[in-house]
Amino acid sequence: MNLTTKSLLLLAGLALAACNNPRPGMFGGGGANGFGGEGGITTGTLGDPNDPRSVAHFQQRIGDRVFFDDNSSDLTPEGRSTLSGQAAWLRANPQFAVVVEGHADERGTREYNVALGARRADTVQRFLISEGVAANRLRTVSYGKERPVEACAEPRCWNRNRRAVTVVSGGAAG
Amino acid sequence: MTRLLIAFLALWMGFGMAAQAQPLRLQITEGVIEPMPFAVPAFVPEDQGGGQYAEALSRVVAANLSGTGLFREVSPAAHIARITSFDAGVSYPDWRAVNAQALIVGSVAASGNNLTVKFRLFDVVSGQQMGQGLQFAGTVQDWRRMAHKVSDAVYSQITGEGGYFDSRVVFVAESGPRENRVKRLAIMDQDGQNIRTLTDGRALVIAPRVSPTGDKAVYTTYQTGSPRIALMDLRSGQAQLVGEIPGAMTFSPRFSPDGRALVFSAAMGGTTDLFRLDLGTGQMVRLTNSPAIATAPSFSPDGRFLTFESDRSGASQIYVMPANGGEAQRISFGQGRYSTPVWSPRGDLIAFTKSHAGRFHIGVMRSDGSEERLLTASFLDEGPTWAPNGRVIMFTREAQGGDPALYAVDISGRNLRRVPLSSSASDPAWGPLLP
Repeated sequence: MNLTTKSLLLLAGLALAACNNPRPGMFGGGGANGFGGEGGITTGTLGDPNDPRSVAHFQQRIGDRVFFDDNSSDLTPEGRSTLSGQAAWLRANPQFAVVVEGHADERGTREYNVALGARRADTVQRFLISEGVAANRLRTVSYGKERPVEACAEPRCWNRNRRAVTVVSGGAAG
Repeated sequence: MTRLLIAFLALWMGFGMAAQAQPLRLQITEGVIEPMPFAVPAFVPEDQGGGQYAEALSRVVAANLSGTGLFREVSPAAHIARITSFDAGVSYPDWRAVNAQALIVGSVAASGNNLTVKFRLFDVVSGQQMGQGLQFAGTVQDWRRMAHKVSDAVYSQITGEGGYFDSRVVFVAESGPRENRVKRLAIMDQDGQNIRTLTDGRALVIAPRVSPTGDKAVYTTYQTGSPRIALMDLRSGQAQLVGEIPGAMTFSPRFSPDGRALVFSAAMGGTTDLFRLDLGTGQMVRLTNSPAIATAPSFSPDGRFLTFESDRSGASQIYVMPANGGEAQRISFGQGRYSTPVWSPRGDLIAFTKSHAGRFHIGVMRSDGSEERLLTASFLDEGPTWAPNGRVIMFTREAQGGDPALYAVDISGRNLRRVPLSSSASDPAWGPLLP
């Protein structure tokens, strides 16, 4: 992750923190609503990002996503660090279930990108399991290139779209 | 769906000249050709009901033939002769004078819901009729299909190739913002007319294929929240999930040439492999077993082989293996990544998507990987599908930052054109010539 990306994430975090419950019922903004299926809705509390047990903290402070190089499903050092943080949070908050969404940028063919997104999601899932998250809490889904977070057709957006997003769900009472 | 009934009827001619000159024949070669000039006057209405279709039929035929790039219409405004009777003789000098080489004369009669269309094709150069003429009978709703059938017959008569105008294309109609695109399965005539949406857009759908008989489609749907394969009956619009594998994402389905089986991809445990599903028995067989990705399969028309893409060697390349699995041979060796191989209906060529140096191309190669030719180049071209006669390829093109659209190109690389649709579209899948 480069400095610009970090700043962007920080800005995004601040913007999110400034809102009061910006997207009720949907965790992992910028994900593709992995649990939703056909309009299904899960409800949960985002909480205060300063509360380390909150979903908001998971999304904004730890980071709910990791990024990949072009056509790669290998974790970057930054990615591994983020995922270690995710794993620690998930171990401490066992009431949450997880869907790992794998995504690709638009610079590949549609079906190959579904397979590539599946491989990215699997890489993240394996890492989380290796860090002690129970396998039965984890599920993966690939969206290929169908759900970009950034619309621009330029490398800076493609870099942000090649991602795996860890979407947490459950713990509504939390 | 109304079924078009076609009666073939030989229409005998009383004024044909003896065949002395060479018959009119357009040899489709890879070189640049001069489009053959043709004339198609408004069809002759044989009754009051036929009047409203007379002009429209001739316009559809003209658009079809001109759209191939192989023919050029002599504008009706330039015609000297007027065709007022289907059975009266043709004044060849009048058509030679406007430089028409082929002349299509048609008639139309409509009574109630029934429509009858006849046509004859004349070789103006040698001054004789080609073939015996044909008659099509159906319902008024199918008037465009009859124009397509006329076009197919003319195209076949002159080129010696099979036609493709009376065929349909299943595709994905797109709307909404890029980050949350709504995608609906849809079907249209190959010329972009008569669009009908098949799914309601609640679930993301991608990459359909049409069954060999044209009555079913398979595609990938996210209706469960994860990629699954749906099989739809195109007449009823009813769809069901098939080929589910516990713990796997399943996608990229293709029909076998006999329509009885599907081959598809299943992603699990970080790898994506090919499986075969017998639609009759539900029996499933694994075809590949590699730690890499294997997807985008396509059967050879004889059903004996499968081509697919895999990144087992690093970047995506095209492979061919026996249809029941076994040793796969890599056939693509050029620079860049090769994806979405699709076997031509004639069996000789494989169309593919290639990405290299920041550009995407649609190309063709022989099924042994030789004689690679790139037909297109753009920011993003992908997903070729073959016309039933193996002469034309339709694909998805997306300009940088733009919305996707459907394009078609001849396998010669000539005649690139956009399929006229009013909204965004992707993932075309060309169905068979209709009966």
